[in-house]
Amino acid sequence: MVKIHPSEITPEHLYLSRRRFLKGMGALATSALVLSACGGEATPSPTQPAGAGSDELTDDLTSENDINSYNNFYEFSLGKTEVATLARDFKTSPWTVEVGGLVDNPRTFDLDDLQAFTQEERIYRMRCVEAWSMVIPWLGFPLAALLEEVGPTSDAQFVRFETLYDPEQMPGQKSGAFEWPYVEGLRLDEAMHDLTILATGIYGKPLLPQTGAPIRLVVPWKYGFKSIKSIVKIDLVAEMPVSLWMAQAPNEYGFYANVNPDVSHPRWSQATERRIGESGRRKTLFLNGYEEEVAYLYEGLDLRQWF
Amino acid sequence: MEKLKRHWLQVLTHVGALIPLALMIWGYTQNQLTANPIREITLRTGRIALVLLLLSLACTPVYILFRFRPALKLRRPLGLYAFLYAGLHLLTFVGLDYGFDFSLIVPEVLEKRFVQVGMLAFLLLLPLAITSTRGWMRRLGKNWKRLHRLVYLAAVAVVIHFVWLAKGDIRRPLRYGAVLALLLLIRVPPIRRILRGRKVDGSQ
Repeated sequence: MVKIHPSEITPEHLYLSRRRFLKGMGALATSALVLSACGGEATPSPTQPAGAGSDELTDDLTSENDINSYNNFYEFSLGKTEVATLARDFKTSPWTVEVGGLVDNPRTFDLDDLQAFTQEERIYRMRCVEAWSMVIPWLGFPLAALLEEVGPTSDAQFVRFETLYDPEQMPGQKSGAFEWPYVEGLRLDEAMHDLTILATGIYGKPLLPQTGAPIRLVVPWKYGFKSIKSIVKIDLVAEMPVSLWMAQAPNEYGFYANVNPDVSHPRWSQATERRIGESGRRKTLFLNGYEEEVAYLYEGLDLRQWF
Repeated sequence: MEKLKRHWLQVLTHVGALIPLALMIWGYTQNQLTANPIREITLRTGRIALVLLLLSLACTPVYILFRFRPALKLRRPLGLYAFLYAGLHLLTFVGLDYGFDFSLIVPEVLEKRFVQVGMLAFLLLLPLAITSTRGWMRRLGKNWKRLHRLVYLAAVAVVIHFVWLAKGDIRRPLRYGAVLALLLLIRVPPIRRILRGRKVDGSQ
């Protein structure tokens, strides 16, 4: 399942993964509980965390309070701490997600339909383009499961997502500074990847409005803004969708937005990041540490050009 | 008491300029500076520095428009406090944020134009802060005033710094820019003469 290309591995990555491995081994050796639970053989992976309180790299979970109080959700406010208050009364039920476009069985999913998909926990690192990051225990299901139900036709190449447009509830949408509604997109193979999920909860509880309730996308190897919140529409399309950020500043935001320490954003170097809850900085990992799982998607693609 | 009455405006300036710093230190100890305190400190020190710089540049226009002479006495403390917050802002970036790791800081400066223009603003303010004393005023004579005109350039650099780092919505930095433009415009001699009705002495 794992395919690593020598050209994509720098000595630094090697060094880091070795350190990570040793750290992981240390954790395994010292924790009898983990040993007995995993049999000592299972290597942690993005779908199989190293322990209950950490991801597969043994990075600690970000606190629930930090996750729910520090939000980029411009539909409510440009200020990260204001979102939670402004979104408090946001109505997330009833809610429907209309899935259509180039599919065999267009369908509208309501909340019960979405809950009917087997919900699983995924502990992912979330790397914001502003160079900060969190480790979040999501609850959700692979987007692929939903897409398989509607059956993309052979013409479908991309998936286009849209957030609710409701300026009465989302005061930020009254601002003319952005072309609402929020739109994001994925290539079909990215959308079908097992790591790509539709999330419905965090820390075992339903999503709060500020984190994208009732349903949002999570693509852990891309910058956070790709993980569109409060989705009402999913379309399978033939052409590469233009996201809100691409329309806003094409020189700053590309379609792919893969986490990449070697490709700088005009305003933030992407070489390092601050993990929320930590002081100082840590080095940003290529594809946010999910290189083993997703690097094959970008073989032969110039990631500098396709940022 | 008599002294306080006479110097109330100065006292107000000192207290007002130090309150944000006190609030920030208190907030830091109480864990009230968001989930990302370093970023919050960076944003706050930057914003306060800009506001104080604009207030310092507002003194002369206040004098021109309202002939309120005591305002002129506030230029120096306001300017120095602006410099203090600018210094804290820079120190936060270099120390708190990047842990004085110059292997990370240098590429950041070389790569990002908003960092460069911010640095430029600080470097322009530095000699002004140093020469803000009476002794330097005397020593530099006529040149003191020339030197201190650099503050206009510094303020413009700060606004550009703010515009270049804004994500998506640049209306807020532009509002600061509009205030600065107005404050600079009032000083332009022909406009100033119209506003005053006659020539003014001793102010910049």
